[in-house]
Amino acid sequence: MTGWRTHSGKAVALPVEGIDTDQLIPARFMSRPRSAGYGDYLLHDMRRDAEGRPDPDFPLNRPEAEGASIIVARRNFGGGSSREAAVYALKDAGVRVIAAPSFGDIFAGNAINNGLLPAQLATEDAEALIATLTEKGPQEARVDLDAGTLALGALRCSFALSDAEREKLANGWDDIDLTRRHHEAIAAHRAALAAARPWLWPAKARE
Amino acid sequence: MSAPQTLFARLWDAHVVTSQGDEDLLWVDRHFVHEGSHHGFAKLAERGLPVAEPELTIGVADHYVPTRHRERPIGDPDIARMVRTLEENAEAHGFRLFGLNDPRQGIVHVAGPEAGLTLPGCLVVCGDSHTSTHGAFGALGFGIGATEVAHVLATQTVWQKRPRAMRLTIEGPLGPGVGAKDMALAWIAKLGADGARGHAVEYAGSAVRDLSMAGRMTLCNLSIEGGARMGMVAPDETTFAWLEGRAFAPEGAAWDAAMAWWRTLRSDEDAVFDREVTLDAAEIAPVVTWGTSPEDALPITATVPDPTREPDPARAAKIRAALDYMGLVPGRPLEGTPIDRVFIGSCTNARLEDLRAAAAILKGRRARVPGMISPGSSAVKARAEQEGLDAIFREAGLDWVDSGCSMCVGMNGDLVPPGERCASTTNRNFRGRQGPGARTHLMSPMMAAAAAVAGALTDARPLLKGRAVA
Ligand code: SF4
Repeated sequence: MTGWRTHSGKAVALPVEGIDTDQLIPARFMSRPRSAGYGDYLLHDMRRDAEGRPDPDFPLNRPEAEGASIIVARRNFGGGSSREAAVYALKDAGVRVIAAPSFGDIFAGNAINNGLLPAQLATEDAEALIATLTEKGPQEARVDLDAGTLALGALRCSFALSDAEREKLANGWDDIDLTRRHHEAIAAHRAALAAARPWLWPAKARE
Repeated sequence: MSAPQTLFARLWDAHVVTSQGDEDLLWVDRHFVHEGSHHGFAKLAERGLPVAEPELTIGVADHYVPTRHRERPIGDPDIARMVRTLEENAEAHGFRLFGLNDPRQGIVHVAGPEAGLTLPGCLVVCGDSHTSTHGAFGALGFGIGATEVAHVLATQTVWQKRPRAMRLTIEGPLGPGVGAKDMALAWIAKLGADGARGHAVEYAGSAVRDLSMAGRMTLCNLSIEGGARMGMVAPDETTFAWLEGRAFAPEGAAWDAAMAWWRTLRSDEDAVFDREVTLDAAEIAPVVTWGTSPEDALPITATVPDPTREPDPARAAKIRAALDYMGLVPGRPLEGTPIDRVFIGSCTNARLEDLRAAAAILKGRRARVPGMISPGSSAVKARAEQEGLDAIFREAGLDWVDSGCSMCVGMNGDLVPPGERCASTTNRNFRGRQGPGARTHLMSPMMAAAAAVAGALTDARPLLKGRAVA
């Protein structure tokens, strides 16, 4: 995965509260391997009618939203299940940034691990962006991880990002490599645990 | 004297291997995997890494498994492939598997504890958000994504930001016909579906202590629906009595050694929490949801919310959209809303005790609508049959099927048809959760059983009069 520090792209408003992981990707698509690409399943049942025809009025289906990489939504985005496929669907559809007042914790962690920024904004800022994007239609915006800002026209919104999260996004780090540098600490922890609480290994219990 | 500590801090500190910035690297005691964990295994295979601790890794087939005709090969090729992949991974990496036809099979959050694999003081992870269930034992239990699943498989550790500690205290006796599901939906309705975001919740108070292990698991299970990272209950005699003698629980001297530690696992009297919330048990009534988020919950005696009375326009829009999807009319009583089907199952409410509660209502009565009961595990199924509960359900006209996630998420094809209204003991009333266009009302097993009998949403309490819950 390649990292990034700044991103410029088209922002689109999705003024909905509580877009949960079951909306982001309905369960029935998750048995498919990732290699097939999950972009077409993104918000599948919100974007389409029962016959699978796209709803022309849905914000992401409008022609001017084509190629949008920044989505601005309302509170509790990505609440619900741990399915990382929700992030895959966004990524595979070309999305790099979700800006919203709050996120499901597991979703936010999964997003960072896949190079997708969950930018947590003040509610007023999210509403201001939504108002502008609703009035004028999708607009170019610029996200700067180091400054912690999302800028769109005259609007400049701040989001909080921990150092660890910023580094992961910027470096496209794979945690497994990072963690293996701590292998001595892990081995020491394990050894102490095995000495103090050997019963924690269930193989030593009866079956 | 060391500073007073919360249970959460005690458990967290005991698992920190090292720290970097604001993240801690935590040791994992139990890693449950299921057939839906295939993305995680694929990432491990890409790097050609082995599973670091096969003894601490346990596989369970639950999310996609058929709930009928298990003697036949699985019809759906995608599902057959996933179940086979899990078996192959278990074989290749040498971890234990409760596979499709194993008597220990069941929904991971039911079958794991039942086998005595979840113990007080453990850190439990699984690629499933309802891993919060395991906190009922005084454990740290939380869900992780596929990238983290691969990380745990490879290193037996996971990086996490330390959540803040919150205590949710519920004091007083619960009324008859009111249980853990109602407690959970009541607090989620009060605080919101993201109300406990960023927090680890310790459930405390006499109403929590009085709960059985099944009730505590239901309560902790739903922590994630209130946005909490995890939920927990300090272990006590109820916990220890439940665990003793289970297949993988320690025994003899190891049991005594474990108990010596387990007894220290509680919050100090003067421990300070980042946040405190209290609820009065006497005020909790049987709850049903009316909308498309678990926070959309009200007592069964209430009326459908009216968006025109909501001052916040975003909130009003959300209510309007939810009512439109659910096909409900503002201001009408919830009680009496006709339903099309019932589902009793899931990791929230399909333990033996839940089935007994449903049977207490259904005994000698007929369901007016079709319905399905999928026990939380194959062991629960066997026990329920010994007690004759299956006969009560069948005589009521409901289907008694095998154990799995089933209609909670519909991945195995057990779906609520479009537009149908389902009284369900599950945990998520999200749009389309039980199938495209399905309308889900969450409630307790007793309330779902009562809804089956009435053919409509109804208060279970009158139907419970003069009946004992086994
Ligand atoms: S029963 Fe439902 S909520 Fe529980 S693990 Fe299965 S799919 Fe998830």
